[in-house]
Amino acid sequence: MVAEIGQFALILALSLALAQSIVPLIGTHLGDLKLMNFGSSAAIGQMLFLIVAFAALVASYVMSDFSVLNVAENSNSAMPMIYKVTATWGNHEGSMLLWVLILALFGGAVAIFGDNLPVSLKARALAVQGMVGLGFLAFILFTSNPFTRLDPAALDGQDLNPLLQDIGLAIHPPFLYLGYVGFSMAFSFSVAALMEGKVDASWARWVRPWVLAAWCFLTIGITLGSFWAYYELGWGGWWFWDPVENASFMPWLTGTALLHSALVVERRQALVNWTILLGILTFSLSLIGTFLVRSGVLTSVHSFAVDPARGVFILGLIVLTTGGALALYAYRAPSFKQGTPFGPVSRESSLVLNNVLLVSAAATVFIGTFYPLLIEAISSDKISVGPPFYNLTFVPMMIPLLVVMAVGPMLKWKRDAIRNALTKLMRPAIIAGLAAAAIVIATFGVHAIAAICLGLAIWVIAASLAILVHRVRLGQVPFATSVHLAQITPRSVYGLVIAHAGIGIAVAGMTAMSAWQQEEIRALPVGGQIEVGGYQVMLKSVGPENGPNYVAERAVFDIKSDGQLVTTLFSERRFYQVRRFQTTEAGIHTNLISNVYVAMGEKNNNNEWTVRAYYHPLATWIWFGPMIMALGGFVSLSDRRFRVGAPRRAQPAFALAPAE
Amino acid sequence: MGPYQLFATFAIIALIVFSTPSVAVEPNEVLPDAAQEARARDLSQHLRCLVCQNQSIDDSNAPLARDFRRLLRERIKAGDTDRAAVDFIVARYGNFVLLKPPFQIGTLLLWFGPGLVLLLALACYWMLIRRPFGTTARRPETLSAAEREELQAIMTKGTS
Repeated sequence: MVAEIGQFALILALSLALAQSIVPLIGTHLGDLKLMNFGSSAAIGQMLFLIVAFAALVASYVMSDFSVLNVAENSNSAMPMIYKVTATWGNHEGSMLLWVLILALFGGAVAIFGDNLPVSLKARALAVQGMVGLGFLAFILFTSNPFTRLDPAALDGQDLNPLLQDIGLAIHPPFLYLGYVGFSMAFSFSVAALMEGKVDASWARWVRPWVLAAWCFLTIGITLGSFWAYYELGWGGWWFWDPVENASFMPWLTGTALLHSALVVERRQALVNWTILLGILTFSLSLIGTFLVRSGVLTSVHSFAVDPARGVFILGLIVLTTGGALALYAYRAPSFKQGTPFGPVSRESSLVLNNVLLVSAAATVFIGTFYPLLIEAISSDKISVGPPFYNLTFVPMMIPLLVVMAVGPMLKWKRDAIRNALTKLMRPAIIAGLAAAAIVIATFGVHAIAAICLGLAIWVIAASLAILVHRVRLGQVPFATSVHLAQITPRSVYGLVIAHAGIGIAVAGMTAMSAWQQEEIRALPVGGQIEVGGYQVMLKSVGPENGPNYVAERAVFDIKSDGQLVTTLFSERRFYQVRRFQTTEAGIHTNLISNVYVAMGEKNNNNEWTVRAYYHPLATWIWFGPMIMALGGFVSLSDRRFRVGAPRRAQPAFALAPAE
Repeated sequence: MGPYQLFATFAIIALIVFSTPSVAVEPNEVLPDAAQEARARDLSQHLRCLVCQNQSIDDSNAPLARDFRRLLRERIKAGDTDRAAVDFIVARYGNFVLLKPPFQIGTLLLWFGPGLVLLLALACYWMLIRRPFGTTARRPETLSAAEREELQAIMTKGTS
């Protein structure tokens, strides 16, 4: 019964999406206010029905209703309750339902909070949102229905993929989807602006918070995925340039570019065409990401849902959405007015350079991801594109980006002299230079590249803090005045400082992990010891361990430093009986500066176990950095400019006094 | 954390000897000659495990990856150069095993594509910032006759 309610709600949502994508457009054509406002009602209705549908699926999982095919295939009565719930989206059908639910939530949010939007812009944006929803709801109902019944019902379920039975991966997809799908707002508003034929500062002010929120969620989602890979896959890797990782990384790169170019539209009304194009491209890349994961077109460790028919359907959706939007863009964009010009050295100029580098980086990832397909299609050869390719192409683009990141925020809008910015960056540069030099000397130049990267990372952190120091004129005015200045500094400035510092922290972590990690692999008897990174790792005991739906072999390790016990770590080799699948649980000790990482392996004939012990310097920074970036985004979101219901300010200065 | 503590941290980390990461190598696979083993480790990070996708044979604990590691070490022990050892495997399993794609006609676009995109984007950037700054061409246009009328209509409506 519950499943039927879900199925019915899905069909109703589809019908409403159809109406939502047509009626408001008729309204804007006829100038009929009622028809235009219908978009809001439809969006809210669609959202409510999808909440019902999703709740029905969650309920089927919670009740372990094995007469529902999807539940029988992906759950098991012995699974802990938390994983029964998260199993809802740990499979193809359920995760697509989550995808459209989030899409509808964003649409509903526009309908509810969009009172201060121009009526026709709102109507058009919701219509576009409805069209995307329509496509994906049809995809679910016709190719991937989560409510299909199983007759006769299964006695028990086939269990969830054990790799997904982990809290990190359980909350990874919702965040990722909030990001992917959040970019649909940029898309809908871009297409709506193209239909309207005009873009102004208020458009940018409306789109930016949605893009920023989506970006924050995507950042968190990617970080969770990377962290999960680190502790779950058992060898301490954190990024593999796997097609599925790339799929989430490409929209992140262009989304970051969009965030910055929308800033120029908002402040200076320049880069309008480009920002609209980025909005379209970013969501298209999100769709391509969905396609990559869901079609299994590129073989990868993630492809747990492989079905060519579905791939073709999503590919069709991509061609329709992207193609349609780009055609409209080609038709309408040339008529948009060019923005106010700016000098070669200016804030705008640095933001454009940021876009140049980010988009080139995204293109690099795109080429690397799809080239094997191209080669396979045009010849019989098969190639692989792995980390060595990206190290040679992607990484070099990131280094100038870090420089732009440090210098850009110091520049004034419109026109500035590079000397002004460099004077302000002197002190941060000295700190960074000294630190980098010390590292080079200490390592006898073993790793010059790592030293440069570390120096840049420290410079970025110091330069971000310097923004605040200059803003509150610390040391130049009485301290009380500085405190007052700090209080009236907008939150968006704090957001910038925090987010940029976060990048610096992440880069430091990535550099240290790439250059200075240590490993020891040895066959150890119980009582045996290995030494890694100044720690002694002693295998204390090995014994059996029973979990709710697995059996495990658990190794206990004493971690000592200079003979003093630091901590006790466990590592397990779990065997999930239903899926006949083995996983490794690593033991990790961190003091935030470095990690000790221990994973047990197989037993040999001499009663010894393979033990892998790693020393990972600054590893945690790789994930702290991005989390701090997302925090910066949220702080910026809380700026009063973006707050819902905050009194609208007078028109920005440039509208009153046109530049030049 | 202040810059000085940060500095100290890095200095400490910097003292640690550089080493390459790896995972799946079993103790019994390791070659007795350290130099040869280091070469084997380096090479195996650039070779793909065919069954597990996008993992190097150094990272993978699949049986096939283990066979590859053994094969590679046998070639090195037999006195092959790095290149000969890799070529030996490529000759049998194709370019697919190389995580770093070979440089040949078919992959020209792969290797030069990113640079070309960057150059193109930089060219656009160059044209954008070279736009004459503050010339007449960029002044806000004056209102057209129709717009002026519309404005007039709005203004009179507002005041009446």
